[in-house]
Amino acid sequence: MTALRPARRATSGGLALGLVTLLSIAAPLQATFAQAAPRGKAVYDKWCAECHGVNGAGDGSAATYMLPRPRDFTKAVYQIRTTASGELPTDADIRRVIDEGMPGTAMPGWATLLNREERDDLVAYLKSFSHFFSGAAPTAIAIGRAPGGSDESIADGRQAYTTLECAKCHGEQGRGDGQSAPTLADDFDQPIRAADLSTGWNFNGGNSVEAIYTRLRTGLDGTPMPSFSDAVDANVVTDEQLWHVAQYVRSLSPREAPRVREVVRAALTTEPLPASPDDSAWNAVERFWVPLVGQIIIKPRWFSPTVNGVWVQALHNGQALTLRLSWHDPSRSPDPAWDEWLGRMAASMTTADGPNATQQGSDRFVVQFPERLGDVVEWPYFLGGDSRRAVYAWRWTSDTNAVREGRGTGLGKFVPHGSPSLAHAAVFDQGAWRLQITRPLVPPDTTRAPVFQTGRAIPIAFFAADGSNGEDDVRGSVSAWYAIYLDVPTPPRVYVAPAAAILLTAGFGFLVVMQAQRRERTSRRSTMEVTS
Amino acid sequence: MKRILIASAVLSLVACGGGDEGGGAVDTTAQGGGAAPAAAGGGSVTGSVTFTGTPPANPTIDMSEEAVCQGKYASTPADPEVMVTSGKLANVVVHVKSGLPAGQTFPVPSAPAVIDQEGCLYHPRALAVMVGQTLQIKNSDAVLHNIKAVPTKNRGFNISQPRAGMTTERSFTTEEITVPLECNVHGWMHANIAVLSHPFFATTGADGSFTISGLPAGTYEIEARHEKLGTKTMSVTVPATGSVPANFAFTATTS
Repeated sequence: MTALRPARRATSGGLALGLVTLLSIAAPLQATFAQAAPRGKAVYDKWCAECHGVNGAGDGSAATYMLPRPRDFTKAVYQIRTTASGELPTDADIRRVIDEGMPGTAMPGWATLLNREERDDLVAYLKSFSHFFSGAAPTAIAIGRAPGGSDESIADGRQAYTTLECAKCHGEQGRGDGQSAPTLADDFDQPIRAADLSTGWNFNGGNSVEAIYTRLRTGLDGTPMPSFSDAVDANVVTDEQLWHVAQYVRSLSPREAPRVREVVRAALTTEPLPASPDDSAWNAVERFWVPLVGQIIIKPRWFSPTVNGVWVQALHNGQALTLRLSWHDPSRSPDPAWDEWLGRMAASMTTADGPNATQQGSDRFVVQFPERLGDVVEWPYFLGGDSRRAVYAWRWTSDTNAVREGRGTGLGKFVPHGSPSLAHAAVFDQGAWRLQITRPLVPPDTTRAPVFQTGRAIPIAFFAADGSNGEDDVRGSVSAWYAIYLDVPTPPRVYVAPAAAILLTAGFGFLVVMQAQRRERTSRRSTMEVTS
Repeated sequence: MKRILIASAVLSLVACGGGDEGGGAVDTTAQGGGAAPAAAGGGSVTGSVTFTGTPPANPTIDMSEEAVCQGKYASTPADPEVMVTSGKLANVVVHVKSGLPAGQTFPVPSAPAVIDQEGCLYHPRALAVMVGQTLQIKNSDAVLHNIKAVPTKNRGFNISQPRAGMTTERSFTTEEITVPLECNVHGWMHANIAVLSHPFFATTGADGSFTISGLPAGTYEIEARHEKLGTKTMSVTVPATGSVPANFAFTATTS
């Protein structure tokens, strides 16, 4: 230990000394390992130790700001493997996580940041943190190929999802809202979410049918997710059924992460606006994915938000604008079933910015616009505005199911207007909120609320909070500024002009053809006369 | 640091070897969590574990989310942390802590140690197995259980048992006292497994009694371990043949 100290303190200047010291310590190990691991230490100390700790125990200075916590390499327990439950990962397994990262967590992919040798060396060094790796190398379990992903196999997979009781944790619709979800903790007694199976682009280890099947066979060690290999061996579930479960889970998400677009389009409709968030008319309306991230700028910051994005749909009819906002949140807050979860969160998350909530609050959703929408829009500060440039906001809360319209001068600094002009309805459906808010384009009081004009980009931003996760008006998920564009009513000449142009072109073409045919007939007749 | 790791790896390999070499079948009367085989000697330790005073109240469990299990109880079930019947304490693992000849290996009991899941509780709640001995895990509930072992010296596992009647077998490679078992579907379910490098252990049932047999003559330190009440130790001298008594008494203030 003492011998390692100088190396640990070493900056780039002292690195060579550290390497020599390490080489001498590692001498009895295999030759390749002896070289790779110390090289890996240099990379590790520079890029990984901040979170994973200098000794690999997952206790770096940033660790308590993260959930899930950084991996503790001394335990040699790895979630993403191709080996049986309880087995060590293969080198390729560790390398894949280094390369691709762990989506939805603080762990980024390093494939483009470190070169191939550096990442190989890191694998060797990570293994050196646990004596378990000194035994025989683990072998990956055999994964066949996925049987065809027909509609029947997806239906069979849904059936097996039910009989295997996947919904106990993941929920009926796979949104991570099962009845055991609020009680889940990992091996280190930190709260852990049942995966939202409808956001496959966030799956650790990948979103292919093969990757999902592999997770079902191997489990995710260190988490509550068990392996189903023993159940296959015992014929409780057939291997084919397990493939079908993987196909069903795959079918719950789009193949790719939703594309993020800057501008939300509010189409103009001549139909009545949808009457509720579950009106079937919404099915035909284009939806826009707006990612939300933890609010980590204004104190108290929040590093483990529940809501990671919202689908936004918008329509207007020339008189009013209506928005449907759909986001996933496993709890309808406050809900006593989530008390245990909140308690774990309060104990887990850093209190550097003040105490964590010990009482569940309401779920919240805020839509904000600049308070003034003049010819030149000065965009307010995106975190709820400030005293210089305020935002005009719609703030919805789940406990009272009310939307207040008002003025914001910063997160948590919202003053409602006296006479609101909003209509709204909210539906909570198995881990998903759907909220519809409607407002006249011209508000009753234009001195306090902006007019929504068609044909221009109106800045819009979003904030979401899950009361069961200890979130409130400041701790929550935020977006940057986006824009919403209300389609302009189409003037009649837009329809007349193309039709006239088509008619003219066709008429002219017809004349040209007629003339050509007449000329041809004349010339053919004269040729016949010559030959006869 | 590395030297320490390597040394401990070597030690654990030695411990594994001990278990692996002793793999021959031995007759045993193992039941309810494993009894010792009469292999190495003719001595035994017999006794009972008592509890005096008012036992702490066991916390009740809200099983309303799992009707299949709740239906197996006439009244609200309690988490059986401290089980006292007529002054006798159950779920105490009694084992030889020290005194066995250094380097000697012992045959692994051929009968498996069995742990059952019934009514969304583990039965027994405490048990002991020898390194290399089969641990048989049964599901007697018609619900999904997952069985997660969270050891530090052994490799853990996390397996699902979605059907009643399913059994799964596992074993451990290294002595470890104790390995916690848990079910994440039913967060209240907990059990503890003592993994020992020898077969000289027993677990008390409702009558608090235990017998460790097959011991060679010698002086041993015997430990009685309870999940909530802690440990008690006692030195006994075991004759070549015959039994020596060892009685342990826990009290309400023991921690």
